[in-house]
Amino acid sequence: MLAYIGRRALLAIFTVWAISVLSFAIIQLPPGDYVTSYIAQMASMGSVVTDEEAQNLRIQYGLGQPIYVQYLKWMRLIAQGNFGMSMEWRRPVTEVIAERFWLTVVVSVASLFLTWVLALPIGIYSAVRQYSVGDYVGTFVGFIGLAVPNFLLALVLLYLGFTLFNAHIGGLFSPELQDASWSVARVWDLLKHLPIPALILGLAGTAQQIRIMRANLLDELRKPYVVTARSKGLTEAALILRYPVRLALNPFASTIGYTLPYIVSGSIIVSLVLGLPTVGPLLLKALIAQDMFLAGTIVLLLGVMTVIGTLISDILLVWVDPRIRLEDT
Amino acid sequence: MARPDVALDPTSVPVPGAGAADAIKQRIFVASQWQLTWWRFRKHKVAVASALVVIGFYLVVMGADFLAYADPNASEAQRSLMPPQRVHWLDGWRFGPHVYAVKGTRDVQSFRRVYRADPGEKIPIRLFAKGFEYRFLGMIPTTRHLIGVDGDRDATNTIFLLGTDVQGRDLWSRLMYGTRISLTIGLVGVTMSLVLGVVLGGLSGFYGGIADTLIQRAIEILRSIPTIPLWMGLAAALPRDWSILQVYFAITIIISLLAWTELARVVRGRFLSLREEDFVVSARLVGCSQMRTIFVHMVPSFMSHIIAATTLALPAMIVSETALSFLGLGLRPPAMSWGVLLQQAQNVQTVALSPWLMLPAVPVIVVVMAFNFLGDGLRDAADPYGR
Repeated sequence: MLAYIGRRALLAIFTVWAISVLSFAIIQLPPGDYVTSYIAQMASMGSVVTDEEAQNLRIQYGLGQPIYVQYLKWMRLIAQGNFGMSMEWRRPVTEVIAERFWLTVVVSVASLFLTWVLALPIGIYSAVRQYSVGDYVGTFVGFIGLAVPNFLLALVLLYLGFTLFNAHIGGLFSPELQDASWSVARVWDLLKHLPIPALILGLAGTAQQIRIMRANLLDELRKPYVVTARSKGLTEAALILRYPVRLALNPFASTIGYTLPYIVSGSIIVSLVLGLPTVGPLLLKALIAQDMFLAGTIVLLLGVMTVIGTLISDILLVWVDPRIRLEDT
Repeated sequence: MARPDVALDPTSVPVPGAGAADAIKQRIFVASQWQLTWWRFRKHKVAVASALVVIGFYLVVMGADFLAYADPNASEAQRSLMPPQRVHWLDGWRFGPHVYAVKGTRDVQSFRRVYRADPGEKIPIRLFAKGFEYRFLGMIPTTRHLIGVDGDRDATNTIFLLGTDVQGRDLWSRLMYGTRISLTIGLVGVTMSLVLGVVLGGLSGFYGGIADTLIQRAIEILRSIPTIPLWMGLAAALPRDWSILQVYFAITIIISLLAWTELARVVRGRFLSLREEDFVVSARLVGCSQMRTIFVHMVPSFMSHIIAATTLALPAMIVSETALSFLGLGLRPPAMSWGVLLQQAQNVQTVALSPWLMLPAVPVIVVVMAFNFLGDGLRDAADPYGR
């Protein structure tokens, strides 16, 4: 088991490294560098940056050195918790994204949680009552969930909420608590606003999980041990929940790894449509303004967050499925 | 050709009266794999219907300019944000589709343009009417369009089946042209990921060993990265002064760079399962070159799987392009795609006042569903020997 977790952790570290290289590439890609944009920005505000100042800035940021040296310098700064300055906000990147990043984590985890809470019972139901009306309804809703891109779903729900109930369903906070400091009231407000974005983000994943759960459980239900258990007089509920469901859960746990990147990806666009204060809108603005340190940091942090989530799901999988533990020992 | 399994089967001995069932059986025994696949696919009604829908969409791609009745870039300030016009099919008791002429005025209080239909003035809709000039299928110059109005289009003598956007451009015509770009960008992208997927998946599955380990780890890493932020970063780095065509290809490359993993996984799986099959081993033993073994013996036997996987990869491409363009990072106006059209529907206030701006979402959803059902059907049919 330890060997397995160790291997997954090693892969996770590799992934983080790959993501850091890609984020660095994103920072480097646009023509010009930080200082050119800084000079342009200062010029637009009426002040002039002298050549000497520009030269000093370039040295300070290590620009003009070979790419790999710049990368290493960037990495070293990050290791010290310094993600650079956001040009647009004129503040350290960490300050700009702190709250938004945690809200992104909250939204993603909430939708992952909702995916499970919905998919588990619906999946079990459609397997146990195969070809019932409920099964067909579940399958149909599942297909819709898979086919409708989540940002379009968000758009449609927003429109319906606006026209039918005259309510704005977007946002994560009520207007009066938008900029308030954290308090019990604000947390409660957040919890009240969370379900709709979480549902929109999680619907595609839920649909997939329902199909997986249904297929796996159907396979298990046909196995002889189920018949044996039934012949011994176990109640149907205990029989299904205790054995086949437990086995059918394995692939369920292992798919978090694929679901999480999908949710995080989706949260970027959905946040824009619903006006959620996550890193999504910030990333878009940063990219358009070529505020590359901010953009690169956001991509890096989102990637790392996904990798950690995937690692947790891997560990969870070993815990649920003893067969993986045995394979490695 | 002697087929021992047929000869040994007692039912295959001709018995008077059992001829029909027997003939069917004979047909199944001698049918090629493609025939079996087709028979199996035909049974999947939803998939067949979806195939027709997909074909319909690609006909629109080819005949976009014929189906459009207005120049998609012609803006008309007098016709900003006009709601879709209702088509009246009967003129009195005769069949004569027409719309009412629309008068637009500016509301004094809200400063929005309001439109009122005038039942007194009917504008008949004509088949094969004259409109703007274009080349049909890119070759034949013509001015005929499927529908249109008599005489020249102007601010009053005109039809807007799906309404207009902020600049007063006809949404229906823009949708037709948008279909062209949205659906071809998926094809180009999927072709690129197919090449990447087949080459890398093939290397991985056929050779195994270190190549396999490296490629598999690379796939795992790519799959655990949230794609949209990455796409956004790469797309935002495209120079602003690139032409539509350059951006178009850059976007397809960006999308396909991260989308080949699923195809590679399928190809690898097939290679692994075929590598030890008797016919592959014998091909190798009689001295076929590696290339010949792969392309003459192995690839044809899982071609249908590749086609199914490709069909399933297409909708993801289309959605990716739509999402990127919707954010303003993909294709940029004056290019038209579903995502670009949907950009106007980003704001809930706008959408609440002009809900028809959300209409480009409908083809996105329909085509994604159709491709998904079609892919499912193909995947089931691809393995005619299974089950």
